Amino acid sequence: MFTRYTTALAALLIASAAPFAQAADKPTDPQIAHIAYTAGVLDIEAAKLAVKTSKNKEVIAFAKDMERDHEAVNKQALDLVKKLKVKPEDNATSQALTKAAKEERAKLAKLKGAAFDKAYIENEVAYHKQVNGALETLLIPSAGNAELKSLLETGLKIFQGHEQYAEHVAGMLK
Amino acid sequence: MKAGALIRPWWLAVLVLTAVPAAAATIEVTIDKLVFSPATIEAKVGDTIEWVNKDVVAHTATVKGGWEVTIAPKKSASLILKAAGAVDYFCRFHPNMKGHVNVTP
Repeated sequence: MFTRYTTALAALLIASAAPFAQAADKPTDPQIAHIAYTAGVLDIEAAKLAVKTSKNKEVIAFAKDMERDHEAVNKQALDLVKKLKVKPEDNATSQALTKAAKEERAKLAKLKGAAFDKAYIENEVAYHKQVNGALETLLIPSAGNAELKSLLETGLKIFQGHEQYAEHVAGMLK
Repeated sequence: MKAGALIRPWWLAVLVLTAVPAAAATIEVTIDKLVFSPATIEAKVGDTIEWVNKDVVAHTATVKGGWEVTIAPKKSASLILKAAGAVDYFCRFHPNMKGHVNVTP
């Protein structure tokens, strides 16, 4: 059911924080689960594109680490929603994230070599920053179920780590 | 309970007598929800650090310009300390995770 998101590339500029801003109402647990899962899928797709396109050892290693971590977290999320009998519900935020990622993917698809690496990594920094901001200010405070909240909190720590890791790789590319 | 209380001092005495000359110890560091615990450890050259990863993601214990150990999800990995000195280590995948080891000769 999540395959329709797999075409998009997770790459949002800080300026385009709109996807989360649109969700003025407090999201429900099924919506939160959907948003978190979608954000993960989008980053996995970005990573796959980077592994395929990049020739830079550090960038490829980073992308593979992103793919592995987000797959592990999403698997845990799926196990939890199954256990809680929560059906993830599509929503405006998930759709906006997917749309923005698709646009970014189109931009990245035109790039090669060092220009691709730079754009991909800079997007990874911005994307993690954006998702982390949303987790902190909207998704975690809105989560009703304690186990879902705990999963999001651990997810936030993982993704804050990714943000620093991406910043480190961006620094190496300079 | 009574038998246990009697056995324990004998068992401890043997442990102390046999363990002291060998000296090498294994120090366990747990990784849970992206935290190394304890964050700071005291060790001697020849001791082993064993990291136990309770998270669903892999981590590393990396010293900049030094050693690196990768700890797979839900697995353990260890390292024998070969040199004295105080080192900071971090996880390369999640640099917000930090630990410290004081190694004495």
